[in-house]
Amino acid sequence: MKAVYFAWVRERIGKNEEEIAPPPEVATVADLVAWLTKRGENYAYAFDKPQVIRAAIDRAHVAHSAPIAGAREIAFFPPMTGG
Amino acid sequence: MGAVRVQAEDFDAAAEGRALAAGRPDVGALASFVGLCRDEGGRLAALEIEHYPGMAEAEIARVVAEAEARWPLIGVTVIHRHGRLTPGDQIVYVGVAAGHRGEAFAAAEMLMDYLKTRAPFWKRATRVDGSVEGWVEAKEGDDAQAKRWGGG
Repeated sequence: MKAVYFAWVRERIGKNEEEIAPPPEVATVADLVAWLTKRGENYAYAFDKPQVIRAAIDRAHVAHSAPIAGAREIAFFPPMTGG
Repeated sequence: MGAVRVQAEDFDAAAEGRALAAGRPDVGALASFVGLCRDEGGRLAALEIEHYPGMAEAEIARVVAEAEARWPLIGVTVIHRHGRLTPGDQIVYVGVAAGHRGEAFAAAEMLMDYLKTRAPFWKRATRVDGSVEGWVEAKEGDDAQAKRWGGG
């Protein structure tokens, strides 16, 4: 699946997007955050307060408890500040 | 029914309002809101607005659909800009045409409250001295404003 990052999550990780292949035991958005966090200091920095991170699957908001099975694109970003 | 545009270009709020009412003699009320880039007491030089292409349009369309399900609206237009904006620039337009003012005002306010908390846009501020102030933080008050409408 494709992971995409925005705003300071993107800056901290140092990538706009990447292909990821988490193992099958990574079932939910929260699991994926924990799995990504272990990939390096940049990820750990981006996800150091996981409760503030928002997620979207295939361009719709989801909770951290949402399953990721079948997702084509999963996005991580800070709380939104538009308008 | 609602029109949603996410664009770098400026917009003409008066023309958008006229278009909402054109050919619709049943429109009795047109409520419009324009959000502008503020200078924060002379400190702010510019806002860089980042967005999630594709999701920004989709999420605004979902918010518009919720407003249309809630009130009898005749037309809705939402425009949100991205890119570099400076104080005085227009950022966002919400226009609602309805039969009566009650639903037009209420829908415009709900749309703005939901846009602030759900539409995937992020602002980064640059100061007049050229330094980057950083990403604008979301306000808890915005969440409270959005929750007034239930759901969301």
